[in-house]
This record gives sequence, structure tokens and C-alpha cells, in this order.
Amino acid sequence: MTTFKRDKNDRVLSIRDLNISFETANGTVNAIRGVRMDLFRGETIAIVGESGSGKSVTVKTIMGILAPNGKILSGKIDYTFTNEKGERETVDMTKLSQKEIRYRFNGKHIAMVFQDPMTSLDPTMTIGKQITEGMLLHEKISKEEAKARALHLLEEVGIENPEKRFKQYPHQLSGGMRQRVVIAIALACNPDILICDEPTTALDVTIQAKILEVIKKLQKEHDIAVIYITHDLGVVAKVADYVDVMYAGRIIEKGNINEVFYDPRHPYTWGLLASMPDTDTDSKRLFAIPGTPPNLLEEVVGDAFAPRNPFALAIDYKAEPPMFNVGGQHRVASWLCDPRAPKVELPEQLKERLEKMKAESERVLGTSPLKEGE
Amino acid sequence: MSINYNAEPLLHVEGLKQHFRISRTYTTKAVDGISFDIWEGETYGLVGESGSGKSTTGRAIIRLYDPTAGKIVFDGHDISGKLSTEDEKFLRQNMQMIFQDPMACLNPRKKVRDIIAQGLTINHLYSSKEELDEKVYEILDKVGLSREHATRYPQQFSGGQRQRIGIARALVMNPKLVIADEAISALDVSIQAQVVNLMRDLQDELGITYMFIAHDLSMVKYISDRIGVMHLGYIVETGTTDEIFQNPIHPYTRSLLSAIPHPNPVVEKARVALTYDKEKEGVDYSLGTLHKLTNTHSVLATEEEFAKWNSGSHSY
Repeated sequence: MTTFKRDKNDRVLSIRDLNISFETANGTVNAIRGVRMDLFRGETIAIVGESGSGKSVTVKTIMGILAPNGKILSGKIDYTFTNEKGERETVDMTKLSQKEIRYRFNGKHIAMVFQDPMTSLDPTMTIGKQITEGMLLHEKISKEEAKARALHLLEEVGIENPEKRFKQYPHQLSGGMRQRVVIAIALACNPDILICDEPTTALDVTIQAKILEVIKKLQKEHDIAVIYITHDLGVVAKVADYVDVMYAGRIIEKGNINEVFYDPRHPYTWGLLASMPDTDTDSKRLFAIPGTPPNLLEEVVGDAFAPRNPFALAIDYKAEPPMFNVGGQHRVASWLCDPRAPKVELPEQLKERLEKMKAESERVLGTSPLKEGE
Repeated sequence: MSINYNAEPLLHVEGLKQHFRISRTYTTKAVDGISFDIWEGETYGLVGESGSGKSTTGRAIIRLYDPTAGKIVFDGHDISGKLSTEDEKFLRQNMQMIFQDPMACLNPRKKVRDIIAQGLTINHLYSSKEELDEKVYEILDKVGLSREHATRYPQQFSGGQRQRIGIARALVMNPKLVIADEAISALDVSIQAQVVNLMRDLQDELGITYMFIAHDLSMVKYISDRIGVMHLGYIVETGTTDEIFQNPIHPYTRSLLSAIPHPNPVVEKARVALTYDKEKEGVDYSLGTLHKLTNTHSVLATEEEFAKWNSGSHSY
């Protein structure tokens, strides 16, 4: 893997101090608590976390499809794009109305692939109509031109016999085919950013790999920035350049993929990596993170992960840890990274696994995965 | 716990077929003649993609469906065909199921206590109300829930906790065989590990036999002693977990194994998954016969296919 050299001029998205809460019948839920994220052209970021950690809310805010009871308390989402006149323009998405985002950006500049292809396609419209719909709306092109482009797109996402499929309805296609159609729709207007919300969880493992390869290939060809939302670390390992691990509405560890996977620093990331079943080890017990994620209805005091953290320090219950810079692009929000914190040994099982992973990748690369790109 | 493979199997399935008639001219052959055995105390994993018939197999065995053909013998009782009252009672008490979606499989209008106790109540397996309560509390303790949870409703629990209630409901009957149909796929990663560990612990403690239906091969590897790989209504390969993972013969098994994502970025990015297309390879499962490699490892193939696959060098 080659790590991207991030150039300021290539930045398409920059999120700063984003805070979002939801008003519910039971009280206010602080779903997002100070998220900071950058996205550059052509790269892939994966947001990892359990359900309820706020990963979907973050991208929904970018798309302007936040639920009506959601409120952006503070922060900004700066999106930089080339406008109709060919100039670079930066807008703060949080200042725009949902309607404005919908008409100006969705589909055309920022597109999204949803989890379930069964529900994200319209069963009453032909595949062709659904792909050309966005093009005809956003661009001044003729129907024939749109059709030609749609056929080309269908071919690009790996659908054989596009002429025939163009006239068919979603129910006539298999799950994997449908997800390919969804990707074709998302790419119809040449977006800068593609958001994939669990694009493969509803699909079989064999098809999953193919869909990921299609997205990867198209990303390279069209120079698109991709945001993946997933809880599958295997998927992350396959596609991502950068990883953001979210827990209880905060990013608790971020960095380039090798830093996070071969040298994880946050106990939650340790838990995630260790609880993933590994086909090579023979140990008969899986490592499990005890307990359940916190209820965000209650105010979080200190580190949200502390109650589930076997390595929790006294300060974890009192103050929220800041982001510590642990070298390279690696940032960790854990008091364990404070210079005053006691030295903590990784859990034995995880240590073995990390050693093995590093050895394997050294065999592939020839050098240590952590040296590369620095 | 050691498993005695020389004894009579707990569950013996032979030539099981489950067809669904869609219209006068079209019949879906969801399961088309499969045979396997499950021995007492082991975990048998059944894997395959969606539509391969693995869930249908589980449901046919527990008789949620009426199998089209085949013989199912469960602990000496023939439970295929029309059930006698006695056999049905035996089946309902000794075989239980854990379902996929913990949100959908619990009655929202019943308290946890009543959900768990329902099987006992129906079968009159208690002598007094106190005994019933005691049984419910005991099983709640076992699955890691507390007694206070008994008076709550399902919607007051998280996904992982609900799956524990589902497990408690199955285990309170003290069953011989539990069919877990995608029991963990709807849960978060960290919770999946908790539930899998719980199922293992309960097996060690109570000696339950599991039939574990899943599409996630890496989880199946952790929990299973033996694995059957299903594709389009046939079991194409079966063997011990080691045999399936170390020496897969059938191209479908190999493509499934190659599709498992590994959480190792450098290796994963360089890896390309194998593809398997039944049509292109010209494989017809109905022509295949079972070829034995070892006592436990067998593959469904014709003579030529077997020769070809078995000699082919493995790419991993």
C-alpha cells in the first residue's frame, strides 16, 4: 500500500468539532460529541464502530439527511468543490438547509450507497430509469446521451448484458447485482465523495469481495474520495487508507491503516481487533469486550469506555481524555497515552496476533508495515 | 468434553429433501437430498451463502416444515413423516432453536419470565409455581442476566441481551440438540464474541449438542467441531474443522474460504478472492456421489471432478 501524501489543495471535506444531539421522548441523546475529520481527494477513510457509536449520524449530516429531531449544536463541515463556473468553492454544509443540500449537492457532488439494496431501489421503476434520473435532473443532457452513459456505467460496475438489464426491474436481479446497480446510480453524476454505509453487510461473503473490488476500481478511475462505514474489520483492512474508530459519539483512535492495525493504542481498538475471529489461531475462546456501550441519554463523565475497560485509570472516570499525538498520523484519545500513565502491556492473545500479522505483512512487503510512508 | 464418534449419532439425517411448490409448473428445490450425522456433545456447523438451503435444513429437522422426502432419526425416534403424539412430544422437548433476529423472535407483549417459561408451561414440566420460578431464575443466571430482568419486557433490552433471552428460552427445556440459526449475525462484533463464548461455556457445562447455521466462516471455525458446506441444496463437502480449513477439496469450499476477509491490511489488500461459477465449471450436483478422503472428510463429486479437484494444487 502506498500512503497518500496529503496536499492541502486536495482536501474535499473537513469536519471540525461537530456536536449533534437528538431530542427523543426519553430526553436528549448526545450522539456526536466533537468529531474532527479530514477527507482528501482519491483516498478512502473507514469509520469503524458499534451500532449507536455515531458513525451513521456523521455521514448523514454530510448528506443533509439528518432525522428531523436531530440538531447540530456546534461545529462545521467544510466541503470544497469545483462549482459550475469552474472555480474552487468552499461551503459550510451545516449552514445550508436540507433542501439546499438536496438540490445542489446530493447525487451530483456527494453520493451514497446504502446498506440494503432491497430497500434503496424503487421497485416500480426500471433500472435504466433509476440510473438516468439523477443525470437528467442535474445536467443538461438528452435522454439518449443519458442512456448511453448509463449503459457504460452498468458495464463498468460489472453487469453483463447491460442493454437487457437497463429495461429490467430490481426484483429481477440478485442481491449482488442490485448493489452494483446502486453503485452505478451513485456514480451517475461523477461525484467527488462517495459514502458507503455498510455496503456489503446484507450480502454474502463471496459477493462482498467482488463489490468491494468494484468500488475500489471505480474509485481509482474516477479519483473519488470514499468514506466507508462498517463494523467489519476485514472490510476495513481491504479497502481503507485511513481509519477512524468511533465510540459513544467520539473518535477515539485515528491514523493511517497500518498504524491502527499493527500498533493499536486504545483499549477499545484492542478489544475490537482481538474479538474478531481469526482463521489462523486455534485458541478456543474469543476475547470479548465485557459489558455494553453506554447509554448516551445520560451525560458521559470521563472516558465513555472506562466502565468496559480493564485498563481504566482513576482519571478515566473523572476527565475525558484529549487526543494524544503518538507519532505519524496516529492520534489516540486515551489517558494511557499520557506520559504520566503507567505502562500497560497488551493482552497476551492480541500481542501474539499482532506479531503474526506484522510478520505476515513483512513477508509481503519486505519491510515493516509501520516504516512505510513515513 | 470428548465426543464418542463410535456411538450412535444423536441426529441422523438421510436423503432429506425439502421442496416448495411455487406454482403448477415450478418447484423450488431448497434442499435436495442431503445426509449427515450429528453426535452427542459436538457442534456441527452448517455454512453456505444465502439461498443455499441451510436454514431450510434446520427448519425441516425441527419440523417447522414437512420434509418432502428423507429420513430423520433423533435419539432413536423417527421424526420424519407423520409424527406420533409421543414422538412429537419428545421432539418438542428435546430439540430447541435459537433464531437470527433477537428483535423479532421475542413476543413484545410478554414478560421475559413468561417467554422463558412458556415451554415448561405448555409441557407441564413443573410441579409448583415456585419450582417454575426457580428454573427461570437459574437459567437467567446461567446466561448472564439477573433476576430483576425476569419482570421486564423484551424492548427494554439491548440486542446482545435479547439474544441471551433467546438462548435461555431454548436451554430451559434442557434440550439434547439446539439449532442455532444465524444466532449471532445480527449482533455487533464485540457482542458476538460474548454470545459465542456463552454458548461454548454452556456446552461445556450442560453437554448440549449444537447445530450452528451461519454464513460467517470465521465464527463457525471457532465454535464447530465439524463443518458441512452447503450450496444450492446440496452438502458439497463435510469434514472436521481442520480438514475443511487445511485441505478444502471442493471449489466452492475454496472460494468460500478465500472470501473470508482477514484483519491484516497489507495481506488483505494484496489478496484476490477466488471465484466459483457452477455453470462455467459444468458441475451438476445431482450427478455427484460422496467421495471419502478420510473417515470424516467427504466431498460430493463425480469421478472425474474428484480426480481433478483432489490433484489440483491449492493456492493457499
